[in-house]
Amino acid sequence: MAERLLEVAELEVSFATEDGLVRAVDGVSFALHRGEVVAIVGESGSGKSVTVMTLMGLTRGVNSRFGGSARLGDRELVTASEAELERVRGAEIAMIFQDPISSLSPVMRIGDQIVEQIRAHEKVSKGAAMDRAVELMERVGIPRARDRARNYPHEFSGGMRQRVMIALALSLSPSVLIADEPTTALDVTIQAQILQEVKQLSQESSSGVIFVTHDLGVVADIADRVIVMYAGQVVEQGTLEEIFYDPQHPYTWGLLGSVTRMDRPPPRRLPAIPGLPPSLTDPPEGCHFAPRCPLRFDRCHELPPLQARVPGVAGHLDRCWLQAGDKRDRREVEGQIGLATEAVA
Amino acid sequence: MATPDEPGAIARGASAPNGSGRGNGTALIEAEHLELYFPVKKGILVDRTVAHVHAVDDVSLVLTEGETLGVVGESGCGKSTLARCLVRLHEPTGGTLRFRGRDITKLNRRGLQPIRREVQMVFQDPVSSLNPRKRVGQIIGVPMRLHGVDGSDVESRVRDLLHRVGLNPEHINRFPHEFSGGQRQRIGVARALAVNPKLLVLDEPVSALDVSVQAQVINLLDDLQDEFGLSYMFIAHDLSIVRHVSDRIVVMYLGKLMEVSPARELYEKPIHPYTQALLAAIPIPDPHENQARARTVLGGEPPNPIDPPPGCRFHTRCPHATEICATTEPPLAEYAGGHLAACHHPQSVGAEEIASAVRSSLSPTSAGDAMPDAEAARQAGDPAPGDPATGRGARTGATPPSPSAGPGSGAP
Ligand SMILES: Nc1ncnc2c1ncn2[C@@H]1O[C@H](COP(=O)(O)OP(=O)(O)OP(=O)(O)O)[C@@H](O)[C@H]1O
Ligand SMILES: Nc1ncnc2c1ncn2[C@@H]1O[C@H](COP(=O)(O)OP(=O)(O)OP(=O)(O)O)[C@@H](O)[C@H]1O
Ligand code: SF4
Ligand SMILES: [Mg+2]
Ligand SMILES: [Mg+2]
Repeated sequence: MAERLLEVAELEVSFATEDGLVRAVDGVSFALHRGEVVAIVGESGSGKSVTVMTLMGLTRGVNSRFGGSARLGDRELVTASEAELERVRGAEIAMIFQDPISSLSPVMRIGDQIVEQIRAHEKVSKGAAMDRAVELMERVGIPRARDRARNYPHEFSGGMRQRVMIALALSLSPSVLIADEPTTALDVTIQAQILQEVKQLSQESSSGVIFVTHDLGVVADIADRVIVMYAGQVVEQGTLEEIFYDPQHPYTWGLLGSVTRMDRPPPRRLPAIPGLPPSLTDPPEGCHFAPRCPLRFDRCHELPPLQARVPGVAGHLDRCWLQAGDKRDRREVEGQIGLATEAVA
Repeated sequence: MATPDEPGAIARGASAPNGSGRGNGTALIEAEHLELYFPVKKGILVDRTVAHVHAVDDVSLVLTEGETLGVVGESGCGKSTLARCLVRLHEPTGGTLRFRGRDITKLNRRGLQPIRREVQMVFQDPVSSLNPRKRVGQIIGVPMRLHGVDGSDVESRVRDLLHRVGLNPEHINRFPHEFSGGQRQRIGVARALAVNPKLLVLDEPVSALDVSVQAQVINLLDDLQDEFGLSYMFIAHDLSIVRHVSDRIVVMYLGKLMEVSPARELYEKPIHPYTQALLAAIPIPDPHENQARARTVLGGEPPNPIDPPPGCRFHTRCPHATEICATTEPPLAEYAGGHLAACHHPQSVGAEEIASAVRSSLSPTSAGDAMPDAEAARQAGDPAPGDPATGRGARTGATPPSPSAGPGSGAP
């Protein structure tokens, strides 16, 4: 197997709030290898962004508590000093954020922002850095890049800003690229171009990519492995094949069952997993998904299931008390993978 | 043929049956030749306007009561700007805008006050549209109170709304930064719903949500529409979601309308080559099927909105473009069932359908009279219906697109 770039083990992140301690990330473990694209999917609010932002040291604050470890090569990121992180950020791990507007300075020209980032890490002239900035902007499909480099962020559409973010992230050829919903604001044709770009990056420069997305079409297109999160935990992880064709966790079934497809006739009502995710200040004793799981039984409420191997499949991990054999019989609803959902109105 | 300049011509033309069930046909919003050009400024001491971004360029459309109008298109094609014009957060630089028959194009703040209550917008960027110093309870509750909900009822209504958009009502005292991206997006939806609007303009309202929560929010919007007859304008990049919620779908490119289709026809019968390109680019959420499909990625770069190409705006990237496309702007042709498309070489329609198409009164003023040539289509043989899933439809043209031309590989 390819070289391991990043190893996250039992990572914990909590925030102290007026309502109590929010356990946003609750024992997350996974690894990232060279040349690999790992997709993180899961419930909105399940800790995907907090997980990846913690790798960049971006969740630190007076109210934050951390546990576990995240190692980049032989460097520990969770406890790294701010100076150490400053060197890592951009050069070794780069990130493309969910909301481009708040991560670009509103008072600085786009081109200058890329130039500044390049020059913060490399000794190059302003002119040379600007040439590179323009080249990067062209590479991500910004027309007339040299002129547009003089624009301010508010003069760009949402999609264009996101492409600027991608150009920024690629500017220092990082070994780990983290993309938190980078194509959410893009139309499908540009999304297709960006996905190609990311794939190429992972293959040619053998970077590792962590790709957070809600779009299972994007996952199918780009991921080698998939991590499924629910309420601060990884409930399942496996290869692309395993997650789509042999999913183990009932939450994964619900997710796959909620997908709408353009090439299928639209349903009258969209299937949704009924209920709300649990409170992260006071999570359920046992399995976090139990209150919404139609297949729960006594043990699910009593003991938290551990991340366990799916029998006979090395890298496929599942956090659920049901027996694997049992599951295969129970995950089909009307001939498709899914969960029995809300009654059709 | 209706003259587009005759007042009211557009409204009459467009409240024709739209081929779908919802909507009572009464126009709520009518836009005629709507234009928004942003000035591009240069200069050291004095800002001079040196050019304009043609963000919305002669767009005419009608949104009827109880209807959902979907809007899709390239990033930067002017969807958000169009939405902001329709709710009058921008003052259009040209054209007219009517709300319930009343001209609101130039109304000032005061004049707009009564309309603000009926028209709400959910912004694309939930972060910058939520006040970071206000608790969620205030963000949703204050507009409620302003619009006359009794003080003692506010909290319980806020809790109820939070629950309905799938948020934990216990979080009523939290600040926006304490929520995830998708949770913030739902706060925006709850805030807009708080004042019982008639029209809700939703700019990417579910893009940051996982598919199951997406389904919850969409189902909620469906229920509210059934219950209160709300109208929606729904902007999104996810075409399968747009198709699900919409009665009609508008496809935009570079500030103009390319196609207006009954929602259920868009996938089976995409007429405009740009629509075909969009459909062909959707990844299928099934790894095997996704791999098996030959996906055509639209080549070239989106043109510059400051200096948009003449003729058809899509011609620099269109696989079917011919000479006329580069010189003459196609009018919006109206096909059966109220399906409109602005293209000289329409796809997925046969010679008969082309021959019976008429020039729509929604056509831009600058468009020529050149209707698509039915004779040419007859000679070329009836096109196979577009099959975007295989990319077949997008490749039936005379000039095939360069295979998987990536960004920067230049326009054909
Ligand atoms: N600073 C904070 N203080 C308190 N709670 C927080 C803070 N930041 C995040 N949270 C909570 O932590 C949880 C995880 O948030 P995170 O942003 O990681 O979710 P996510 O999985 O990225 O969701 P989405 O898909 O909606 O972006 C959420 O429930 C959120 O409300
Ligand atoms: N305030 C502004 N000043 C100058 N130009 C602007 C302004 N707002 C938008 N634009 C430009 O107008 C065009 C349309 O932008 P708009 O935000 O409406 O696009 P959009 O279709 O919503 O894109 P996206 O899908 O990326 O959100 C873009 O070229 C954009 O750069
Ligand atoms: S065929 Fe011509 S008119 Fe039609 S989309 Fe292509 S360039 Fe535009
Ligand atoms: Mg997130
Ligand atoms: Mg927009």
